[in-house]
Amino acid sequence: MFGYIIRRILGVIPVMAIVALVVFLLLRLTPGDPAAILAGDSATAAQLERIRESLGLNDPLHLQFFNWIRQLLQGDLGTSLISNTDVSQMIGRRINPTINLAVMTIIISVLMAVPMGVIAAWRHRSWIDYGVMTFSVLGFSVPVFVIGYIFIQIFAIELRWVPVQGYAHPTQDLMGFFQRAILPSLTLATIYVALIARMTRASMLEVLGEDYIRTARAKGVRENVVLFRHALRNAAVPIMTIIGTGFALLISGVVVTESVFNIPGIGRLTVDAILARDYPVIQAMILLTAGIYVLVNLLIDISYSLIDPRIRY
Amino acid sequence: MLQRERKSIGLRTVQRGGIVAAVAAAAMSIPMAATAEETTITAVMHSSLRVLDPITTTAHITRNHGYMIYDVLIAQDENFEAQPQMADWEVSEDALVYTFTLRDGLLFHDGEPVTAEDVVASLERWGNRDAGGQLIFDVTDSLEASDDDTIVWTLSEPFEPLINTLAKQAAVPPFIMPARIAGTSPDSNIDEHIGSGPFVFVEDEYDPGQSVTYERFEDYEPRDEAASWMAGGKVVNVDRVIWTTMPDSQTAINALNSGEIDYLEQVQVDLLPILEANPDVTVELRDPLGYQTMGRMNFKHPPFDDKRIRQAALMALSQEDILATMMGDPEYYELCGAIFGCGTPYEDESGAESLLAGGDQEGARARLEEAGYDGTPIVLMQPTDVASLVNQPVVAAQALRNAGFEVDMQAMDWQTLVNRRASMDAPGEGGWNIFFTNWQIPEINDPLINVMLNGRGDEGWFGWPEDDDLEQLRADYIAASTEDEQLDVARKLQAYALDEVIYVPLGQYNMPQALRNTIEGMIPSPVPVFWNMEKRD
Repeated sequence: MFGYIIRRILGVIPVMAIVALVVFLLLRLTPGDPAAILAGDSATAAQLERIRESLGLNDPLHLQFFNWIRQLLQGDLGTSLISNTDVSQMIGRRINPTINLAVMTIIISVLMAVPMGVIAAWRHRSWIDYGVMTFSVLGFSVPVFVIGYIFIQIFAIELRWVPVQGYAHPTQDLMGFFQRAILPSLTLATIYVALIARMTRASMLEVLGEDYIRTARAKGVRENVVLFRHALRNAAVPIMTIIGTGFALLISGVVVTESVFNIPGIGRLTVDAILARDYPVIQAMILLTAGIYVLVNLLIDISYSLIDPRIRY
Repeated sequence: MLQRERKSIGLRTVQRGGIVAAVAAAAMSIPMAATAEETTITAVMHSSLRVLDPITTTAHITRNHGYMIYDVLIAQDENFEAQPQMADWEVSEDALVYTFTLRDGLLFHDGEPVTAEDVVASLERWGNRDAGGQLIFDVTDSLEASDDDTIVWTLSEPFEPLINTLAKQAAVPPFIMPARIAGTSPDSNIDEHIGSGPFVFVEDEYDPGQSVTYERFEDYEPRDEAASWMAGGKVVNVDRVIWTTMPDSQTAINALNSGEIDYLEQVQVDLLPILEANPDVTVELRDPLGYQTMGRMNFKHPPFDDKRIRQAALMALSQEDILATMMGDPEYYELCGAIFGCGTPYEDESGAESLLAGGDQEGARARLEEAGYDGTPIVLMQPTDVASLVNQPVVAAQALRNAGFEVDMQAMDWQTLVNRRASMDAPGEGGWNIFFTNWQIPEINDPLINVMLNGRGDEGWFGWPEDDDLEQLRADYIAASTEDEQLDVARKLQAYALDEVIYVPLGQYNMPQALRNTIEGMIPSPVPVFWNMEKRD
């Protein structure tokens, strides 16, 4: 197992190198000019040229690329072309709300979706099953901003239970954090509940038809033990995959939800950076996202062997 | 048993993961919440603040930030008059020597006194970037600090608008900063943000693109006069001001309605009914002048290198059609054919008759025929991601087509547009023929500030008219020794600019602001300012 993990971690290096090269070239091929954002609307072409020169944007592409890679190898993500701020500092500030939101969303989603999926499979073709599937289709179909606005209208504006928007740091204001994070988490959770419940149901249906389930029932094992220990455990591998991928998606930014609830997360940081052609920030964010996906995939693979002893690396 | 143990480990792992996430999250810092006894105004501004150097960029939000933390020597009041702010001034009889004397009690936020050396360094850096400043430095013999409080500016020839150029609130005002900071190259951004203005920038709480915090500068000594635009006494009555960004307009409106924010700088007109229904919120026009929307053609390439075809394009356009599509409600726009804006000292609408009368399609077609327009398609750039710029191209494209132009309207994001408009290539090779943008009126209200009136070809603003007559008129304005003479030149410029179609003024519009009724004393001004403002419980 240890050797496997080391091999997987070493495998990250070429992946990240390819991502770095592709993102660097794509950005340079995209029309747009950070100097124009910096200088504003009144700047003349001559002024823009001077700014490009001072930012090193006129250097040959290979030189710009190698300078960036050298910085990266020294652990330096660079400095924002627009705000002149350290990129790692910018990401550090914005990743906190994103991680917290992702964790809360996944917890809510798993707590709701797994029992829903299990029960839907257990009561296959009953009204419970149809209800779960209907919810699942709705969760996929309704755009996230519509759900967000509906929640805001009901819980923040009409009932005034929670604030309309914003983010509070949990270590400074725990109650404020929950009050502000609950609606965006529920909003995002509708999609993930739909996804995970559907996957749980499908996986459970397959497992519930297996001989060992019939045997367990024949031995008189209680139904909840059959469902949650025997069946769910064996159905867990695809469910874990969905949960892990969902978590990675959430961590890499959910810009619409962040905008609707005014959460200063990394999704908005990335979009703002793209609109401003802030190359160092975009490059760092894409590398970070790629890294998160690789890491989450590794963790998912490791979790397989914890869930299913038959899986060995 | 083994399974149970593994399950337990799994759970612990999950719990540990959660704890790690929480600890990691806790390690990241966010702005400290204001304490209860502090008076804090939370404002949602029109844009996020990402560039902090008010000399290197002309972005409005950075200029507004500049007025928060920096002060200026001379400031413009609501009558467009220059007033002493940090300094009084005297002008020699031959109009060649300007002597500025700093007032007492001026301190930077680091506690150091403001000296004439700081002023000289700041003006030199500004003069490197600002178009008006460059013109002054073109005729500068010397700019020196004769003692700690006195600055002597000696010119080689008179430059009548010097004081007004120093007082202007448009791209870019000459903010005064410590000499060590002003020594930064004008092509690089400063990395220390210390001014002598009424608010202190709180660096630790700055989150680029998201929020910026200012605290009252306790040692700031305001002038005695009443506040008027950027002039007068900047009396700060609140402890902190937080500018935050909300990319979603509906969220900002909900936040204002629920009292989570105090001030919303710009409200989309179609969302106004939601705020107007709330008795705790006031919707008003802060900026008495608003914005000019305008079109600019490319003088370098056919067909707009031909004056007659530019005239045909101008005749095809109708201000009413464009403004009505942009704003909807006539309360928030007005027809205005003045290149220097309506409501300004140089307001004059000569030459804009067809624009104001709904266009002259017949005349446009006749002029096109006279010019022998060969059907060359016009590349018209449309930015799709800027709400205030998305509609003008659509209306203009149809009007131009109706007049007989072939129009190739190309949709793109604003960033692509600003990149492409800097291209001098032919329209078919990555260049362009026409685009639209908007200006705050103080950015265009005189011949030196208005960048579109630069006739220096490739050295000028996008579109690059190379026009000696235009340059001569600007020189006449600089040389005019009385206000009447300046007014006379401004009128000639209006007539000339519309005849040559240097650009097409498409009217004025205004964006209302909204604030909680607990906020009082905000002064009307093109730049939203937070001095004079009070917040009641």
